[in-house]
Formats: sequence, C-alpha cells, structure tokens
Amino acid sequence: MTITATHLGRRARRRSAHWHPYALIAPAALLVAVFLVYPVASVFYYSLQTYNVTMPLYNGFVGFGNFVEIFHDEKFWNSLAFTFKWVVVEIALQFVFGLILALLINQAFKGRGLVRSLVFTPWAVAGILTTTIWLLIYNPTTGVGRYLADMGLIPYGTSLLSGEGTAFWAAVLAELWKGAPFFAILILADLQSVPAELYESAEMDGAGRIRKFLSITWPHIRLAVVIATLLRAVWEFNNVDLLYTLTGGGPAGSTTTLPLYVAQTAIYDRDFGYGSALTVIAFILLIIFTVVYLRMNRFGKDD
Amino acid sequence: MTSTLTPPRTTTQAIISARPERRRAAGRRRGSITDRLLLWIPLAFALLFTLVPFYWMLLFAFRPSGSTALFPWPITFDHFAKVWTGGGFGTFFLNSVYVALASLAISIVVGLMGGYALARYSFRGKGAFLLVMLCTQFVPGAMLLIPLFQIFNGIGLTNSLWSLIIGDSVFQLPLSLVLMVGFIRNVPIDIEEAAWIDGCSRLRAFVAVVLPLLRPGIVAVGSFAFISAWNNFLLAVMFISSQDKFTLPVGLSYLIGEFGTDFGALAAGGVIAVVPVVLIFAFVQRFLVQGLSAGAVKG
Repeated sequence: MTITATHLGRRARRRSAHWHPYALIAPAALLVAVFLVYPVASVFYYSLQTYNVTMPLYNGFVGFGNFVEIFHDEKFWNSLAFTFKWVVVEIALQFVFGLILALLINQAFKGRGLVRSLVFTPWAVAGILTTTIWLLIYNPTTGVGRYLADMGLIPYGTSLLSGEGTAFWAAVLAELWKGAPFFAILILADLQSVPAELYESAEMDGAGRIRKFLSITWPHIRLAVVIATLLRAVWEFNNVDLLYTLTGGGPAGSTTTLPLYVAQTAIYDRDFGYGSALTVIAFILLIIFTVVYLRMNRFGKDD
Repeated sequence: MTSTLTPPRTTTQAIISARPERRRAAGRRRGSITDRLLLWIPLAFALLFTLVPFYWMLLFAFRPSGSTALFPWPITFDHFAKVWTGGGFGTFFLNSVYVALASLAISIVVGLMGGYALARYSFRGKGAFLLVMLCTQFVPGAMLLIPLFQIFNGIGLTNSLWSLIIGDSVFQLPLSLVLMVGFIRNVPIDIEEAAWIDGCSRLRAFVAVVLPLLRPGIVAVGSFAFISAWNNFLLAVMFISSQDKFTLPVGLSYLIGEFGTDFGALAAGGVIAVVPVVLIFAFVQRFLVQGLSAGAVKG
C-alpha cells in the first residue's frame, strides 16, 4: 500500500506539533485495537482451548486437539467444498453482470441518473432484507411457484428452497441480485476516468466496439477488476446473513459455508473453542487465497 | 434444476447474449437506432431484474391476505398496522434509528480525525496502521462474534444497543477512513496554507476552510455508516436478547422464523426496513462513485 507524500511546507511543519497526528488517529487506533485486533488475537488463543459456555467444567488447554477434531469432521469438509463452489459461482456471475451493467450506465443517455440510482439500489439492501424479498418470491403458496403451478408448469407446493439442487441456485440468484451492483459501482468509478479522446482516436482508426473494449477499456479497468473481485470474494466468503436466513444452511447442510458453520457453532452450540479453531482455518485460507490471487494477477508489477 | 427458475434465467440469458455488441464505454449523445437498441434492451432487462423483486414485496405488503392479484387492489394497510403495533416493529424501528444515528456520528468524527491524520501528516507507525486496517478486511462478522461477545460481556454491554453501535462503527471504520482520506486529499493543501498565513491555527483553518469543502465526504461516510448499522443482523442476533431492544433485522428474522404463516406481515416488515435505506442510498449513491474515484481503490 503506497502512502502519498504529504506536501507540507516548512511553515506548515512548524505549525503542527509532532503529537498532533497521534492524537488525531488515537480514537480510530483505540477502537481497532480493542474491538478488532484483540478479538482476532483471542480467536487464535481460544482455538487451542476447549471452551464451551454451556459446559464450563471441561474448559482448558487442548493444544491442537480442536484442529485434529476438525480434520475428522465431515461437516467441515462439506462446508469447505460448498464455500468454494459458492464463492466461485457468485463472483463469476456478479462480475459478468456487474461489468455489463457498468458499461451500460457509463453511456450518455437521458435519465441516466435515475437509472443509476435504481440499478444500484439492491447493493444497499441488507442480507436479511434480501432474504425477506426472495422468500416472498420463492414461497410455494403465494410466490412465483404458485403462478407457475397455475399455468400447469410445475406441481403445486414445489418449494425451491427445500430441494438440494434448487436451493443452491435460488440462493445464488438472490445473492446475484444484491451483489452485481457492487461490481458495477466499483467498475463504473474507473470507467469514468478513461479519457474520451482515446475512444475518439480509436474510432478514427476504424476500431469496432469489441476492439475498443479490448484495447482501451479493459486495460484501464483491469486493476479495479482485480481489486473488486478480491474484495467481493472475501466478502462472499465471510458473509453469512443471506444463507443463514434464506436457507439456514440447509437442506441437510448442503448450503452451509465455513463461516456459516462458525456462526452456528457460536450462536447455537456456544462452543467457542471449536468455533475459534474453525475461524483460524478460515482466516489462514483467506490469506493464502489473497496472496495467490494477487500473485496470479501480477498485482503491482505493471502499470 | 426445475423449470421454476425459468423466468429469471431467461432474463439473464438475454443479457448475456446481448453482451459482446454492447461493449463501448464513452457514449456519444446521439447514436444510431442499433446503438439505442443495444443500450435499452439489456438495460430494460437489468431494470426488470432489479425492480420486480421490490415490486413483489410492495405487492404483498399492500394487498389483502389470500389475494393473488398482481396489483395491490383493493389496497390495505392491515399488514402494517399488525406488525407496527402487534409485532413490535414500532419499537424495533426506533431502536434501529438510534443505533444507526449513533454509528453515523461516531463514524464521521473518528473518520474525520483519523482521515485528516492519514491524509495530511506522515508519522511513525502510519504504515503499520494501514497494514492492520487492510488485514482486518479478512476477518469480518461471523469470525469475531465469539471474542466480541466476551468483550461486551466483560464490560457489561451485552443486551445493550451500545454493543451494536460500537461493533457497527468499528466494522465500518476501514471504509470510513479510506473514503475520508480520499476526500481530504482532494482538498488542495494550498487553501489550508493560505489560511495559516492569515494567522489561523491549524484547527481553525480546518473548521473554517476544509470542513465546508468536505461536505460530500461527510455525507458519504455518514450515510454508509448509517446503512451498514441499519442493516447489521449478525451482531444484533448474537448480542441482543430482550425483545424491547431488537432492531429491525432481528424482528424480521423472527417473522421469517414463523415460516409459511403470514407473508403479508413479513412483506410489511420488509417495507418498513427497506424504505429508509433505499431513500438514503438513492440520495448518496453518486458520492459513492465519486469517493471511490477519489483514490480509494488506488489506496
């Protein structure tokens, strides 16, 4: 991460005592230290403990016992496999539709401001609200399924969220609705900084739309795309609101991501030691993924 | 996959198939008919995909129970009356407003101070601080539930709205700082230096000269803090146990829990929860794009 040099003249430096920046950053640093850094450290600590609020008698140091147990935990391996599938499918779809959306609303047309506000809206809608909205759509008695059944396309009472195959795609669609605008926003921010002259001279040279996209637009937004996909992948990995409320991780655990498994361990079982060990594994996997992903995209090496 | 998913899939397929032709970024004001079709047909699908789910919720919220009409007529407000008083959504709404406003205030103050330090000074430990901020992006929400629960338990804040206010502000802090740094850097230092030459103290110059120019930044940071606190579900479900302290997301999760019973009430609860954020977002979304262009992404 680069830090832009501060352009302070000699006069400015005289005016500010050396403790000023520390006083200004103190509240932020304090909040981060107490409520982010310390909790992360304690997650590592508790991962080596048996710590269950409901069974305090058994609490104590177990070394890597939790990790050994996780290694033999079928639910863990299933959740890991599903996490991978979920993140890859979501990111691919959200990226494609987000990019299309950004390219569309970057064009000049009447009513662009209104269209932008409208298509970005789902981004601001919470996971649980997304669930609320899509439950109304998916419910078998009064949702879309009912109208399809009226037309004779499917049997009455078909529940999309309780079939193993359909539950996945139902969740994917709901999350896509909420996630594509995020990509569109990030990519649009970069698209707006592409100099219009580049396109004009390319048009003079007879370049078509695809040619212009590949030679001008794509190189310009590539960096933003790398960052956006990374941020979003981490977010999709970590976020549990939607799956927690829409499918509850079901049916039969088939839509449980690793973090959702952590949340369930924490909220229902109150098994903090095991949950912390799962968290440590998730954290390490994310760091590895991030490093590999940035290397793969030769991040920071060109430009 | 059953055929039930067909309508949304056709929408998405149509967008995909129209994709290669439409790739052009900077548009001219008037294009040919083809240009306009290539813009508006996919745009129409995108708008439908975005807006129909919202319409669906409004439809359920305003039409009588048992009706299958696709237009909410005769219109009814029964569902709202039911969740607002009987369902406790009046209380939940006030709790949500309280949490979101407090989180907004904290985010703006802490963001302005920290943002100014990061944008205008170079100091020992700045790199380390930024690195920690970056790392925290990899450990959100669910992961921190356990230790945060213990911290709030230790300081006696469980089942208090302040646990949510603090938690939301902290989770929002990296974005608040990044946005604020971008906006502050966009204010030329010369303006500030001119004020110093005129004899202003650094604080005075900041308040009189920089702060007015930062209004878009303050609006953006505040709004995003408000939206994210308003939306937070996981902290609230973990930390709040008594019903009079529920926020809207928790209230909604209980309505969802009563699965299959009353979709009208669920939709009305959803409308109550979604309308404030959607209105705020419509107002601030241009600041978001602006803030990100201001250098946030380039960090």
